[in-house]
Amino acid sequence: MNPFSSGTRLSWVRIKVLFHCRDMIRAIRACKTAAEERAVVRKECASIRAAVSDNDQDYRHRNLAKLMFIHMLGYPTHFGQMECLKLIAAPGFPEKRIGYLGLMLLLDERQEVLMLVTNSLKQDLNHTNQYIVGLALCALGNICSAEMARDLAPEVERLLQFRDPNVRKKAALCSIRIVKKVPDLAENFVNPVVSLLKEKHHGVLLTGIQLCIDLCKLSEEALEYFRKKCTEGLVKVLKDVVNSPYAPEYDVGGIADPFLHIRLLRLLRVLGHGDADASDCMNDILAQVATKTESNKNAGNAILYECVETIMSIEDNSGLRVLAINILGRFLSNRDNNIRYVALNMLMKAVSVDDQAVQRHRVTILECVKDSDASIRKRALELVYLLVNESNVQPLTKELIDYLQVSDQDFKEDLTAKICSIVEKLSPDKIWYIDQMLKVLPQAGNYVKDEVWHALIVVITNASNLHGYTVRSLYKAIQTSGDQETLVRVAVWCIGEYGDMLVNNIGMLNVEEPITVTENDAVDVIQIAIKRHTLDLTTRAMCLIALLKLSSRFPSCSQRIKDIITQSKGSLLLELQQRSIEFDSIIEKHQNIRSALVERMPVLDEATYSGRRAGSMRATVSTSHGTALNLPNGVAKTAAAPLVDLLDLGAEEPAAPSSSGGNFLQDLLDVDTSSSSQSGTTQPQKSGTDVLLDLLSIGSPSPQNGSSAPDILSISKDNRTSVSALDSLSSAIGPSVQASFTAGDAPMMDLLAGFGPSPPAPPPTEDNGPAYPPMVAFESSSLRIMFNLSKQPVSPQVTHIEAIFTNKSSDVYTDFIFQAAVPKFLQLHLEPASGNTLPGSGNGSITQKLQVTNTQHGKKSIVMRIRISYKLKGKDMLEEGQISNFPRDL
Amino acid sequence: IHFVLLISRQGKVRLTKWYSPYSQKERSKVIRELSGMILTRGPKLCNFVEWRGFKVVYKRYASLYFCMCINQEDNELEILEIIHHYVEILDRYFGSAYYILDEVLIAGELQESSKKTVARLVAPQDSLVEAAKEEANSISNIIAQATK
Repeated sequence: MNPFSSGTRLSWVRIKVLFHCRDMIRAIRACKTAAEERAVVRKECASIRAAVSDNDQDYRHRNLAKLMFIHMLGYPTHFGQMECLKLIAAPGFPEKRIGYLGLMLLLDERQEVLMLVTNSLKQDLNHTNQYIVGLALCALGNICSAEMARDLAPEVERLLQFRDPNVRKKAALCSIRIVKKVPDLAENFVNPVVSLLKEKHHGVLLTGIQLCIDLCKLSEEALEYFRKKCTEGLVKVLKDVVNSPYAPEYDVGGIADPFLHIRLLRLLRVLGHGDADASDCMNDILAQVATKTESNKNAGNAILYECVETIMSIEDNSGLRVLAINILGRFLSNRDNNIRYVALNMLMKAVSVDDQAVQRHRVTILECVKDSDASIRKRALELVYLLVNESNVQPLTKELIDYLQVSDQDFKEDLTAKICSIVEKLSPDKIWYIDQMLKVLPQAGNYVKDEVWHALIVVITNASNLHGYTVRSLYKAIQTSGDQETLVRVAVWCIGEYGDMLVNNIGMLNVEEPITVTENDAVDVIQIAIKRHTLDLTTRAMCLIALLKLSSRFPSCSQRIKDIITQSKGSLLLELQQRSIEFDSIIEKHQNIRSALVERMPVLDEATYSGRRAGSMRATVSTSHGTALNLPNGVAKTAAAPLVDLLDLGAEEPAAPSSSGGNFLQDLLDVDTSSSSQSGTTQPQKSGTDVLLDLLSIGSPSPQNGSSAPDILSISKDNRTSVSALDSLSSAIGPSVQASFTAGDAPMMDLLAGFGPSPPAPPPTEDNGPAYPPMVAFESSSLRIMFNLSKQPVSPQVTHIEAIFTNKSSDVYTDFIFQAAVPKFLQLHLEPASGNTLPGSGNGSITQKLQVTNTQHGKKSIVMRIRISYKLKGKDMLEEGQISNFPRDL
Repeated sequence: IHFVLLISRQGKVRLTKWYSPYSQKERSKVIRELSGMILTRGPKLCNFVEWRGFKVVYKRYASLYFCMCINQEDNELEILEIIHHYVEILDRYFGSAYYILDEVLIAGELQESSKKTVARLVAPQDSLVEAAKEEANSISNIIAQATK
């Protein structure tokens, strides 16, 4: 129809509207620039809008067709939504057809306009014309909302029995949408589905199976019902399909209806999963499909793939599983990338079923990590990650790291993350861990996540015999890969901490060649890093700290370092400016304390760090009342803030290990303030006029205590594991030192834990429920507490304690309450006491059970602070103490 | 299947069909992201890309890319077969790609495995529209005659 033939009476706008839809498309396609296209679209939209407001009946569907085209180009078309509704409400099939099409394209279920269409849909679902019914079902199935689903479910349910199979199949798929939107409605569809599953029409069968799968997902009851009623029937249907003669209508590459095959296999998988009888019932047909299906075409492979998945999911049948793994093996060696991709995908699921069988393909899988296809690489990497275990971690990691050198830039991030995760999870020892990271950082330091290099530093500080080796290796690496951010950070940190080991070749390993590095060379590295513009604030702030540390370690370079630090005084970045000014003043004015101030960082606690990473913050203090123990620790409060400051000064940016260091101090404070609350904490305040000195005396032994204290510090650091050293120290120095430590660092705490005038712990008997003699946990003039210790062999971390309280005075104690607190690495559980009245003269006792879980079992011993309160002749009494004479291996 | 996209080699969208709710804004973002990923892939690579925790199965026919987005656990090879099924119907029966797709998929699930049946269903609907058009034509002709 030519729009101009009858156009004489039409206005100019109308003529534009009549512009044929094809012409518009042609006009838009002819546009050479985006601006031109926008202009054409704008004109078209304007004329369609005008037509909409004129309520133009005749060309409504053509306008909508245009709008849909415009919509597809990405222009806004909301003004056409009401037009859709009007067209749907029109009586004729052509209007309805385009109206529904527009509805599905221009609207989605979240638009409120959609509710307006519910009534039209209801009418159309009851229409006498089956094509109109079909249109309504299709629209409903594609975009219905929960409200519409509820309103129209009865209509759809009825249509499942409609005479024409083509309506039945549409109703079945529409039902899927309905039950997904409103799961409560699922039970209404169970019975109709049973009859759909008996149909011969492929379309109906196909959609009925699909609906059945979705019902099973939604309702355990439905699943059970179908399993009982339909499994055998479905097995027979699959048999018939597999053995059916050539049927041109459904044939795909020599297979009759692969789609039906696949859906049947999928439903059988759902029915067989977790049910041995149902699984048994389908064994034969699965074996037939797995062995007889042609694998030279995609359709056949799709069926095999589905069949393998079914075999893996149903109850164990080792024969079938061998078949399945063999199919995957064949897939993996296929030349077609699609097939290899799905094989990798499937093998991931097979790992949990039969790890050994998958391990056999390890070499091939590793090759796939290096494939040119990103999708395959990604799958293969995931799979390799699952395959790594203690026995193959070393060769696999080597392969992956080797590949890291040549891999695409955009793959490096994934690959790096996986390598780091493997190394962290499965490293056999610290040197291997450090070596692998030393290979990754220069290759892909910019892709290494913060947690990873934080963890690396924790590991490094804990490997005291490798400090020298590590810092030298890092020094070498940074010479060639100074642009890798995280490498620079770790290297700068280590040079700051262990710079002296770098220049003096301390702690050489046999594998190492000695290198000649002067103090100036070491400072050079940091100077280059701080000047590199590509490195970020964190790194440069770390550089400043390293410089401060080196200024004390390398006195000869002190002036040079001061000059470098001074250069950042004018930095526009507040952090750098502040650090630079503060550090400069430390170097300038506080020579006397500098070396103590920049002591090596205490060993970072691995368990605390990983625990914190896991985000599991354990309760630190538990009492029988569940309230925190409130100890008189006024000093601790004032000390806490400057201490954190000091650490911040002495360590690096807050996100880094310093944060764990900072928290660590908090940990210590928890316990340590209590241990020191009786005495020492007042000392530093007296001695300190200089604030910095004050801080120092908290962070390190106060000057009054002589030279023995620093020795303890270093010894405890280097020999954390060497218990005997601590033992001898503890007897040599005794409680006076204990008092002088106000709030020390980690090793000191360990010392404290080991201290005490108590008799040495009895030697533990090994294995199978060790027996411990009763110990006197606490004794004062008025009270004695005995602990009976026991352990279950299965959980060596857990110690059960039975506390027995005895009254040594002659008067009755009432309102007797026992409270206990433990440091963070312990977990304490207190059970209710047997009573709260303690008769005098040892005429009876109260017992109370405690359970202590030591998360650092084997590394740290148990320590406990206790507080006992009771009433004596109506007067409140309070006794406190620390128990540190627990046997070592608890 | 969450959605179906037909994209030309130049990145122009030819057909979109959404079975899961995506706002208009998200839709254009999805299209932009995916055409960027898919059109740049070489010819010998596999037909699957992983995207936002889903998989997109695509296949190129002439200058058109047919893309379908599915869940991780769905059968990618079957989706390829469904794409091919749809393309063959389009090839044999000349009609609107939208109307044919509505006879192949509803609610993101396969509706019919017989190409012939699909053609048999679309054809009468198309002729209903043709008949209505002709009727409208003849009426307007009569009016035009009468008002000459």
